[in-house]
Amino acid sequence: MASPDAAAAPPTEPERWRDLDILLSRPGNLVHSTFDPSPGLRDLIGSFVEVLVVGAGGLGCELLKDLALSGFKNLHVIDMDTIDVSNLNRQFLFRIQDVGKPKAEVAAKRVMERVSGVNIVPHFCRIEDKELEFYNQFQIIVLGLDSIEARSYINSVACGFLEYDSDDKPVQETVKPMVDGGTEGFKGHARVIIPGTTPCFECNIWLFPPQVKFPLCTLAETPRTAAHCIEYAHLIKWDEVHSGKPFDADDTEHMQWIYSEALKRAELFGISGVTYSLTQGVVKNIIPAIASTNAIISAACALEALKLISGCSKSVSNYLTYNGLVGTHNKVTEFVRDTDCLVCGPGTLIELDTSSTLSEFIKMLEEHPKLLMSKASVTHGGNNLYMQSPEVLEQMTRQNLSIPMFELLKGTPFATVHVSGMAESNGKKVSSLRKLRVAFKGVEEASKMDTTESS
Amino acid sequence: MAAAVAVAEPKTKYDRQLRIWGDQGQAALEKASICLLNCGPTGTEALKNLVLGGIGSVTVVDGSKVEQSDLGNNFLLDEGCLGQSRAKSICSFLQELNDAVKAKYVEESPATMIDTNPSFFSQFTVIIATQLPESSLLKLDSICRSANIVLVAARSYGLTGLVRVSIKEHCVIESKPDHSLDDLRLHNPWTELKQFAKSIDICDKDPVVHKHTPYIVILVRLAEKWADAHDGQLPSTRQEKREFKDLIRAHMLNVDEDNYKEAVESSYKVSVTPGISDEIRQIIDDSSSEVNFSSSDFWVLVASLKEFIANEGNGELPLEGTIPDMTSLTEYYVSLQKIYQAKAESDCLAMEYRVKSILKRIGRDPDSISRACIKTFCKNTRKLKVCRYRSLEEEFSSPVLSEVQKYFADEDSCFAMNFYVLLRAVDRLAANYSRLPGQFDSEIGEDVPRLKEAAVSVLSDMGLKGSSLSEDLIAEVCRFAGAEIHPVAAFIGGVASQEVIKLVTKQFVPLNGTFIFNGIDLKSQVLAL
Repeated sequence: MASPDAAAAPPTEPERWRDLDILLSRPGNLVHSTFDPSPGLRDLIGSFVEVLVVGAGGLGCELLKDLALSGFKNLHVIDMDTIDVSNLNRQFLFRIQDVGKPKAEVAAKRVMERVSGVNIVPHFCRIEDKELEFYNQFQIIVLGLDSIEARSYINSVACGFLEYDSDDKPVQETVKPMVDGGTEGFKGHARVIIPGTTPCFECNIWLFPPQVKFPLCTLAETPRTAAHCIEYAHLIKWDEVHSGKPFDADDTEHMQWIYSEALKRAELFGISGVTYSLTQGVVKNIIPAIASTNAIISAACALEALKLISGCSKSVSNYLTYNGLVGTHNKVTEFVRDTDCLVCGPGTLIELDTSSTLSEFIKMLEEHPKLLMSKASVTHGGNNLYMQSPEVLEQMTRQNLSIPMFELLKGTPFATVHVSGMAESNGKKVSSLRKLRVAFKGVEEASKMDTTESS
Repeated sequence: MAAAVAVAEPKTKYDRQLRIWGDQGQAALEKASICLLNCGPTGTEALKNLVLGGIGSVTVVDGSKVEQSDLGNNFLLDEGCLGQSRAKSICSFLQELNDAVKAKYVEESPATMIDTNPSFFSQFTVIIATQLPESSLLKLDSICRSANIVLVAARSYGLTGLVRVSIKEHCVIESKPDHSLDDLRLHNPWTELKQFAKSIDICDKDPVVHKHTPYIVILVRLAEKWADAHDGQLPSTRQEKREFKDLIRAHMLNVDEDNYKEAVESSYKVSVTPGISDEIRQIIDDSSSEVNFSSSDFWVLVASLKEFIANEGNGELPLEGTIPDMTSLTEYYVSLQKIYQAKAESDCLAMEYRVKSILKRIGRDPDSISRACIKTFCKNTRKLKVCRYRSLEEEFSSPVLSEVQKYFADEDSCFAMNFYVLLRAVDRLAANYSRLPGQFDSEIGEDVPRLKEAAVSVLSDMGLKGSSLSEDLIAEVCRFAGAEIHPVAAFIGGVASQEVIKLVTKQFVPLNGTFIFNGIDLKSQVLAL
């Protein structure tokens, strides 16, 4: 945070930010080694730090408020959802009149209305729709999500920027820290991820066990619970009756149909407990959520973001679990990195012959036992070598497929390439991003000559 | 999309929380009236969470006017509020969050209200007291105690803060623990269950039937077989438990029979200690279970439970009456469900009879505890909780020294204990110097030793000599100078609101002491002093 001009100028609005400035302007003994307290630190953070909040739901609304009141002035928020009535018990930036509008846009507008001087750019789209470079502009990414896949994706994007030096030490300028929060009812977690230093999301993916599904034969032959009857109607009966018509969980008529079919089945088997509310819960896999837990977890995440950026105190090391069911139980666990992690490690090494073409390389990724990545798109240093989509890009990059990788990578003996495609994670095929180190067999010497010639 | 609809159906709006505390919990929230003292960010955030969830009414007591510094840490205040009553401004925004909630305000300093109008507080269900110094808090606690009103005290201070719950007694029927053992009675099956198990041939040669025989049946049958071969005893030693598992495995026709795998995994359930747990024993032996006319419903139910255990229960609690899902033919499973339900109903009926007769005996209307309430109680008897809180006066004048020493000895709790002592020392120092330590940059140097001196006097009043305080934390608390930064306030306010929800709904288990927030490494702790 080196901008002597801004540090020398008198701090703006010192009365308003009296409390925050106390923390940012005074030295302390239990602070981060990089902490450089000054009355101008808040303005430096406000001017130079851009924060991305992923998700504008229960956590996202709280996060935007908390960050806006923690000295951050340049925020972006990304969310693909629109506002639903059932959000209103906790997503406090939304009103009944907002139902149906994009969450990111309404949340950004409301916070800007109330906290002067803060600018929030909303992005109403899927996280995968953004160019990777979009994510590179942020100094820190704060995640308020309820899906493992989305966390995994953002994690791989942030870790993708990470570069290692020749001693396999992370290059500081390429480290993009993340703070991740999550809640379920009275429970939640908050964690700090510093790629290359603390475990990334993928290093501890086992903390998020995949959802258990009922075996189809139970649903079809030996249903016992209300949930079995509901899933029968949802997963089996719907397709039998509505050939080809996709089921839409947000369509009340569709849900009503599932409910009445589930009721019929429950009656047939003498099973009790099917209600409309349970039907919605099972079909949509609804996670109960309350305002207080979201507030607690978001506050912890925002505080960690402030501490990471300003250095005004230490950081959580590195995973907080909160449980309010019995008392208020806070536990901090220091998880360790998986040094072989495909996502935050130095990258899987792929050895190629100088003659191997891009399409052969893509084929190798599918068969590589650690990667097993299908439909890969390949980029190098921000250039698209081959893109599966959108169509225009596919057409533009298609001719590269038959060109040797060695040529595409300009004859360098080693190169880092990013590939994105579908890979297995936690037992599911999901959009994934991997960093690979490509080395060409027996070209060390030749390439040195190349370099001399070209310079 | 229902964008044009201007009123939200409460069922839909509250759906995500109704799945946690149900209609009854929601009704309790909607009946509750909350009073907030001081609407800085800590108190405001606590109320915000409660208003969103549909709390009945809130009353904000705060005598100050909105200043610039409020705009830097309180989301509910903006430029337009400057110079206006803080209480009034907060209320108007709270009202915007949820129009079903009644939001009122009193422009008065909480300290004055406590000193001059103690009876004011008796109209509320819960008082949330934020940012109050020890002297005011002590008075308020005794007011709340005598009126039997729940007090939740919350304070944010730099990177630390605390939440303390105070009420003489809080009894919970629906504690809803995360994990609890299924109440299957496999160690002591009743006649109907045994008969049903006997009616099924566990050696049925039909592979479909064999692999769909519920593990309850397998275990009841094999436990009986085991007992026949072992002088009526069930497996109890490690060796016996292992042999019992082998016995189960020996009945498998095929390695992929899920019901047998479940039986092996659940085999320990036949070996559970009969009777009731120590925790429940303590509750039924509590002197409050000797009931009289003024006893609460909870203790009348406990008194009935005690009689039930000694009589119909044969040493056991009423059966819960539900079974977990397990591999089974539908008809077997549904029959089992009915057998468990029937037993639970008959236990509940016996309890109802006892409740009525006790109520009659103590001079109350025998129908004054509803059947639904008795049923809920019977379903939860294994999970009853009684929380008792010492008054602040007691805690301050006679802390449990052995606990304090234990906390000082543990690394994480030691941090919390330091903060606890230092926050009390801050109040002493503030009372003497009319300012917080570190409030002025120029005096931080002098304030550090002053704060240390005050902290040592707090320690010695607690009866502790020789417990050393962390110099780093003394310096930190001076550095904080009472700053109320938003994320810390949102955390503390969030915890306070969550405790209020548990106390009002009488579900889940509230905090059993003082929660000390540690904003430095997030290793927050609860101190029971």
